[in-house]
Parts: sequence; C-alpha cells; structure tokens
Amino acid sequence: MTGVLFAEQVLNGLQSGIMLFLTAAGLTLVFGVMGLINLAHGSLYMVGAFAAAAVAAWTGSFLLGLVAALAAAAAAGALVEVVVIRRLYARDHLDQVLATFALILIFSEGVRWAFGSFPLFLDIPDALSGPVMLPGGIAYPAYRLMLIVVGLAVAGGLGLLIAKTRLGVRIRAGEADREMVAALGVDIRRLYTVVFALGAALAGLAGALVGAIQSVQVGMGEPVLILAFVTIVIGGIGSIKGALVGALLVGLTDTLGGVLLPLLFGLFMAPSAAGATGSALASMAIYILMAGVLIWRPRGLFG
Amino acid sequence: MTDVLSVRGITKRFGALVASDDVTLTLRAGEIHAVIGPNGAGKSTLIQQICGALRPDAGTVHLMGRDVTDLRVADRARAGMGRTFQVSALAMEDSVAQNVVLGAVGARGARPGMFRRAMADRGLRDRAAAALDRVGLADAAQMRVAELSHGQRRQLEVAVAMTLAPTAFVMDEPMAGLGGEGSKDMTALLDRLRAEAPILLVEHDMDAVFALADRISVLVSGRIVATGTVAEIRADAGVRDAYLGETP
Amino acid sequence: MMRERTVNGIVLAGLWLIPLTAWLMGAPFTITLATKVAILALAGVGLNLALGIGGLVSLGHAAFFGIGGYAMGVLASHAQAFDPILTAPFEWSGTKSMPVIWLFAIVAGALAALVIGALSLRTSGVYFIMVTLAFGQMFYYFAISWPAYGGEDGLSIYVRNGFPGLNTLDPIQFFAICAVVLMAVLWLVSRIVASPFGLALNAARQSEARVRAVGLEPYRLRLIAFVISGAITGLAGALFADLNRFVSPVMFSWQMSGELIVFVILGGVGRLFGPVVGAALFVTLEHWLGGLSDYWHIYLGVLLLLVVLFARGGIVGALARRDGHD
Repeated sequence: MTGVLFAEQVLNGLQSGIMLFLTAAGLTLVFGVMGLINLAHGSLYMVGAFAAAAVAAWTGSFLLGLVAALAAAAAAGALVEVVVIRRLYARDHLDQVLATFALILIFSEGVRWAFGSFPLFLDIPDALSGPVMLPGGIAYPAYRLMLIVVGLAVAGGLGLLIAKTRLGVRIRAGEADREMVAALGVDIRRLYTVVFALGAALAGLAGALVGAIQSVQVGMGEPVLILAFVTIVIGGIGSIKGALVGALLVGLTDTLGGVLLPLLFGLFMAPSAAGATGSALASMAIYILMAGVLIWRPRGLFG
Repeated sequence: MTDVLSVRGITKRFGALVASDDVTLTLRAGEIHAVIGPNGAGKSTLIQQICGALRPDAGTVHLMGRDVTDLRVADRARAGMGRTFQVSALAMEDSVAQNVVLGAVGARGARPGMFRRAMADRGLRDRAAAALDRVGLADAAQMRVAELSHGQRRQLEVAVAMTLAPTAFVMDEPMAGLGGEGSKDMTALLDRLRAEAPILLVEHDMDAVFALADRISVLVSGRIVATGTVAEIRADAGVRDAYLGETP
Repeated sequence: MMRERTVNGIVLAGLWLIPLTAWLMGAPFTITLATKVAILALAGVGLNLALGIGGLVSLGHAAFFGIGGYAMGVLASHAQAFDPILTAPFEWSGTKSMPVIWLFAIVAGALAALVIGALSLRTSGVYFIMVTLAFGQMFYYFAISWPAYGGEDGLSIYVRNGFPGLNTLDPIQFFAICAVVLMAVLWLVSRIVASPFGLALNAARQSEARVRAVGLEPYRLRLIAFVISGAITGLAGALFADLNRFVSPVMFSWQMSGELIVFVILGGVGRLFGPVVGAALFVTLEHWLGGLSDYWHIYLGVLLLLVVLFARGGIVGALARRDGHD
C-alpha cells in the first residue's frame, strides 16, 4: 500500500462520507424539527436518482438532470408530507416506522412499475470524466473531487441557512420547542412541509450525484438510509454538525476498513483467507464503530 | 428520635440557574413534613433528587441512616422509598387491580417470577386488595385506569405506593387537581397513613397542609427559608411576604 | 365483539383444519403454505413479545431469524458433506437432527439477542429503532461476505433434516411438527405474559417511571424479554430454512425485519394470536395477490398504511375485545 494509494482511499472515504452527509442531514433535520422518524427517506434518494437519469438521458445534460433530481425529490417530499406524513406527527414512533415503511413499498414498486427492474444509467459528464492531478502525484477522478467540493459547499450552505436566515431561526426554534413555535404564530404546517421538502431535496441530490458512480436502480435508497441512520446515531439525532462528523467517520471507516483490514489480516494469514476475513470484518466495521460510540455516549457524539 | 429520611446540603445547578441551593431537611418517624413554596421554587427538582431521578451536584440523602445518594430510582424504592407522582404515573391500559398488583410484585423482589399467573397469586392479590380497601377503591378494581376519574387516579397513586410498605412516603402534590370532596378524602387518607410511615409532602393546597402537617419547610428559589410547626410558619412574616402573601 | 379466547380458538382451528383438508384432498402445496404460515407466525410470536408487550420497536429481528437459519445451515451442511466442524477435542460433523438443531438455533438466537439487546437497550426511542436496524444489517453484510457458507448465493441443504419417529419429507408431518412447536411456544408466551414478569414488562411499556417507583428496573425486564424473543425467532429461522431447504443472507435483510413487523401489526400487535392471523393474511396475500400482479407490494403498502392510520389494533383488535383483567 503506497502513500499515493492510501491518499486516494482517504479521498474516497471523504467523498462517500460527504455524500452520506447530504442524506443524513435531511433525516436528522426532519427528526430534530418534527420528531419524526422517516424510513421513506431512502425512497426520496431513489426518486432523485431516477429523475436525474431520466432527464439526463432525455436532454443529454447532466446539469438539467441534477435540477430535475432536486425538483422531483422536493415535490415528492412535499406531496408525501401533505398526504401522509402530517398525520403521523402526533403518533408514536412505531406508527411512524410502519407508515413510512409502507411508503417504501409503494415507492419502490411504483418506480419499478414505471421504469422496470433493470438499472438505469446516469453518465458522468464528459468534462469531469478524467482524472485531476493533485499534489503528491495523486491522480484522482475529477468527478469524485467535484462531489467532495459540492458536498462541502452544500454543508456550508446548510449551515448558513440554519444560522443566518429566518427559516433557519424557525428550524432551530422548532427543534428546541415545538409547541412554543406554534404558539408564537409561525405557520407550523408550512414550516414542516418546507423542512420535509428540504430534507427530501438533499437526499434526491445525493441520489443523483452518487447514481453516476454507482447504478440507478430500485432498492438503491435503503442501504443508504440505514447508513444514514448509523450516521445520525453516531452523531446525535437532531444535530447537523453531528451528521457531518458522523458521516465523515462512517465514510472513512467503511472505505479505509475495506482496504486496511484485509492487509492487516494478510500479515498473519494466507492471502485468500485474509481477504475473506478482512472484507467480512470490514463490512461490520461501521456497526462496530456505532456500537462503540453508543457504549461511550448513548445519545451520540453531539446528541 | 432517628430521622427516617435525611436530606443534607442538596445543591443542583442548571447552567446559571440554581434550582436547589444547599437544601437540608429531615423527616421524623410518625410525622408529616410538608414542603411548600411558590411556583418555580424548585419543589419538583428537589423531589427528583430525593427519589433518585436526578443526580445532585452536591449533598446526600439518607434513608434510615443508610446513604442512598448513589442509588438509582428502583434501588431507592427497594430500600424503602415510596413515591407518588404529581402527574399520575400509572399503566393506563391496565386495570386498577393490575396496577396495585404491580406494586406488590415490586415489593416481593427485584426478580419477578415468569411462570405463575400474577393475578391468581394469593400473596400478591391479598396485598393489593388491602391497599385498595384502605384508599376506598376496592369496588373499582376491574376498571381500566383510563376510565377512572382524576380523583380515583390520585387515590390509586397512593395505593400503589402503599403496597410497597415503604419506610417513608415522598408525595408530590397528591391533591393536584382534586376538588373539595376529593381533597377531603385524600386529606383523611394521608392522616391515617402517617401511622404506617412518615410522609414528606410537597403540596400547594394550603388547607390540606395546615390540616395535616406536623412540620412545614418553606422553599423559595431553591432555598429553605424557614422550617417549623404550622403555627410558627403561619406567624413568620418573612414567609408570608415570600409566599403566603401571594395567595388571595 | 367476541372474546379474545374465542377468536384464538377459531384461528387455531383454522390453522389445523385447512392443511388437514388439503391433505385429504391431495393438495400438498396448500400444506406447504400452511407450514409457512406456522413458521412465520412463530417468528412473529417472538417479535410480538418484545414489540407488543415490551414496547421495543425492533427493526432488526431478522438478525435472529437469520441466525437460526444459519445455525441449521452450518450444522446440516457439514453433516451432509461429512465435513467435520470440530476435530479437537473430538470429531464432530454437525447434525441433521431437528431437535439438536433447534437447540443450537435457540441458544444462538438468545446469545445474539443478549449482545444486541445489552447494547441497544441502553438507548431508547428512535435510537433503539435505528440501532436494531443497523445490527440487522451488520449480520446481513457479514453473511454476504463470508464465503464459507455460500455468501450471497446462500446454502442448499439437499435433504430435509430428520425428526425421530417421523417422515419429515411428508408435507403434513412436517406441518404438524411446526404447528405443534408453534402451539407450545404460544402456551409458553401466554404464561410469561400473565406472570408477574409479564405484568411488569407491559407496565414498563406504559410508564417507565411507575415501574422504577415500585423497585423494578425496566432495562433488566426488557433485556430478558429481548433474549427470549430472539430465541423464539431464531427457532423459527431454523424451521424456515428447513422448509425451504435453503438459507441465504436474505433471511437477515431489512426487508425481512420489515415483513415481520408488518404482519405482527396487521394481525394485532400485543395480542397472543396476532402474529398467527397476520402471518396467515400475509402468506395468503402474497400467494393470491402475487399471482395477480408482479407489483403486489404496492397493495400491501397501501393496506399497511390504511391499517396504521385508521385501524391500529389490527385484525384481532377489530374482532376481539380484550379478555378480562384476571
């Protein structure tokens, strides 16, 4: 494992972490402001990816695809919030889990009916398909670098939104005391729909961006959803900062673990056994990390 | 006369807010010691620290001479502390009988049995029935708690605490929400209860306090400003200004 | 509204009568469906103890289902290949005897639940839900990447395991085994629920503060319930693997966890026979609607949504009032 390869893996970890943050941020925002656990968040991720793939294929423009992803996910989010989600705020978590699980079924099968079971392809724009030379002799894919940049920019933008805008003030107030915000005359229903749609848009964007390097298919959202859960458990439910830290931790652990653990085992095991044991353990590494954090801090790092 | 319950130097801060400021009070055998104070005085916070739901920053709690400061709520209950809640903490879907039997189950030990039917167990039922009789809820035994009136729920709260045969009762506003009739019944009940175990009574209802209390401590802004008999407290000008003067 | 005992009796009768009728009429596929109902019901009974009585929303119960399945898979695959699992201190090549396999499945499920529960129960509310989901995924990914037992492709067991004195290949006999196991576990769970432990566990779901105030620790009650729950669902997993003669990581999947919760809810959460009714409904829908449309999950989703929003007590909740409090 050379220094260059290691640096690449670190960058990969950062990239997957920052993309995970986009999804996790929406999830934690919805929970922080509305107290709602939403299993269908992964479906919104999927909707974004499919919208991007469909529009990009139709218009030939990746950028239009991204715009479509944001719009479609936000719209789907708003629709779902108005029709189903707002009936769940007063219910217990079990009801929220069940209802949003039902939404997963409806979304997944609905998309499968509309688009079929085979994956769609979303192509990386030509301008970004080559490598970029980084200091240290690292040739890193331009697209992935762009993902890191875009992800950080969105994180910064979200931070500014929460800290400096009126919507942000309402969000922070809502997180602190739901009843008081309503009593103060803020239109709670509108606020909730906006927050939900915002979270959905973030997830949809992530789905579209990642869809170009993985595939766009039904069921792509749920593994990400579960990782997002792990992320916000580690970071602390309701905390955007926690989501960022948690996501980066998860991304790095997952990527580096998958690379380093087989190497580690290779020190004292035959290569094939080392590879098998190593990757098996690497697949569990994130959950071991989560368990570790929970033993130390049952409410997450910033919860 | 040994102190059954001894609270010494309890202090709790939430940031800049001092919720409990070096609170010291005792509960002696056979007495009802009432703690009164205006809203926001820190009565709830104090109760939580006495019962183990909140860790004090400083201070100790002793029950029958035994230091229980580091014990969790369940262990403190097991040590002999019988708490009732200001907002009734009851199993709402279950029946009155099931709630009192729960108390009897707890009184029996930390490891409830897993095989025999709880509601058919003679020992549990007798203990539960005795408590229900004494609070006057025997006829309502089969009703679901959700169907009970507010007054009946307050009585049930006391009944469950009674099944524990505690060394000391710590009661948080048992009169809360009770009208004239209910208050009279509850006052009479508590009066009879003091023979079994002393009661540390946090209350707002002044009629009940003056009727029941052997001693009164006045809590203002987290500090005990006066402790004495009913007569002494009623006569204390400082207390009147701080608290009693507020009531019309 | 009927008494819950009456509803239970009707369901139990149906559980036996349908496959027996199918047997007499020579329709083995229906017997297999009934067997699937019995096994899924068993998995649901395990979950219901933690979820319905304990109030623990476990989104990772597939972990125990899969562990039971793989317990069977490991033991039987070594046995069928005459390939030793242990060479020291003595040679042992697994087993194809159901009772032994069940013992392993129960212990494995209980141990997994002990570890997962001890960690997860330190959290509460939403954290608990997410953590259990995550642990389920952990097992899923582990099973996929562990090549020794099939990895993603799974493991086939060529011949159904044996039960002393019975021909387990005969559908009706295998059904009878599963149904009797289900009935035994239902009886056991009903005893637990009616016991002081069950009373306290159920009370802890409604008011943690109350349970602590009588001197009982909710964490301990819940952990014990979770362990028993994991053991029962593990046993169901072993039976399921035997039914299909196949075990794969899918048994660990979040979809499986979701399905378990879904039919416990549809049947009636917290009710003794809720999982039985729910499993029957689920298998029937899967078979009937699945035949009509490839996208039947949409209908399941809509049904679930309607039940959650408007009919929370599930089917048993709609039919039966709660039995008396004695």
